[in-house]
Amino acid sequence: MADHDEGGLGKKASINRRGLLKCMAWAGTGVLWSVSGGVPRSLGLLGEAAAAEQKSGGFTFLQISDSHVGFDKPANPNALGTFQEAIAKINAMPTPPAFIIHTGDITHLSKDKEFDDADQAMKALKQKVYVIPGEHDVADADNGKAYLDRYGKGTKGKGWYSFDYGGAHFIALINVFNFEPGFKSAGLAKLGDEQLEWMEKDVKGLSASAPIVVLAHLPLWTVYQEWGWGTEDAPRALGYLKRFGSVTVLNGHIHQIQQKVEGNLSFHTARSTAFPQPAPGSAPAPGPMKVPAEELHSVLGVRTVNYVPGKSPLALVETPLGA
Amino acid sequence: MMPKTALLLGALGATAALVAIVPQAPSAGAVNPAAIQIDNFHYSPAMLVVAPGTTVTWTNDDDSPHSVREKDGKFKSAALDTDDKFSQTFTAPGEYEYFCSIHPYMTGKIVVKPAGS
Ligand SMILES: [Cu+2]
Repeated sequence: MADHDEGGLGKKASINRRGLLKCMAWAGTGVLWSVSGGVPRSLGLLGEAAAAEQKSGGFTFLQISDSHVGFDKPANPNALGTFQEAIAKINAMPTPPAFIIHTGDITHLSKDKEFDDADQAMKALKQKVYVIPGEHDVADADNGKAYLDRYGKGTKGKGWYSFDYGGAHFIALINVFNFEPGFKSAGLAKLGDEQLEWMEKDVKGLSASAPIVVLAHLPLWTVYQEWGWGTEDAPRALGYLKRFGSVTVLNGHIHQIQQKVEGNLSFHTARSTAFPQPAPGSAPAPGPMKVPAEELHSVLGVRTVNYVPGKSPLALVETPLGA
Repeated sequence: MMPKTALLLGALGATAALVAIVPQAPSAGAVNPAAIQIDNFHYSPAMLVVAPGTTVTWTNDDDSPHSVREKDGKFKSAALDTDDKFSQTFTAPGEYEYFCSIHPYMTGKIVVKPAGS
């Protein structure tokens, strides 16, 4: 893990110039984000993020993802346990993040008991938790009723919504309901027309200088088509965001860190708090990856994001559970 | 059933009419099962031809959950955990394409047509 320094993103101002940044690690607890000068950056360590935030008068928020509560297979016999550990780590942070986002796959099988356990675990968090579903959260026979009954209040359509915090605009998109089955296509996720029309209106009145943070479970860029790791109509969504100076896309789903920067757009996938998945194409299928028990905590984690008013990008801090 | 069938065949040779009667002796329904394994993110077999009245049972042999959803919603399972099963009886002839709602690139097809047609 030492050779992977996602925290470097915030320090390397030249990243946008390079046009593309791609790096990877197996998994993590969550990601700390700092929003500064309208642009989210990830920071190196939780302590650093907090320091940067205090200096600048910005704020931090934290991303957790893919907790898969209910999973109990050899790759992690106690996914609820590692989720609780991640939450305990968040609560121990010297400067608590302003709020938490969970980018989906809260549960493993959309069962009521799993949602109950996850909710109970998240009750320990002092901050508001913004959630979106992963495909594992809408896998009940009623097409997501279990999720929407619980988390759909006050949202639009099939659970999408937006909110503002500290001058940044957050858009929570849902791309787990309209999958294009892979009969003739790649089997990618879809946002769907209704949501895209809503999104177009949602951002219409915003100033181009407003930092935009987009949340979605599946990546909004095609990480690996053969495994369905992408969203077919994401280009249309990103088109509505072209005029903005800073757009940060935060995804889950693939249980590992991948990043890409294209001009003002930056894409980041997060680690899982439950189990790692193989790098694209490195295994016959994208199932849970078993690592030696003593290594599991190093591949799970959380991400903190730091917002500092100014001109630098949002800063991300990856914190492995084992750190 | 087997010894009797063998006896009939042995005694009368390949008399098509008699052979055809044998499988109809029990009533239609659960006596006509077919199995599909879900293994390593694949439906196996990916294409299955069955006679009307056949009950097809999918069994998930993977560590990952999968589901079975007909593309127009004619039938669908909840998420199947490891070793979970889902059964569907096919009465109407036709082609039924299905996919996994958790991994939509996983697809399969059931073709229902009367035997011998
Ligand atoms: Cu599947």
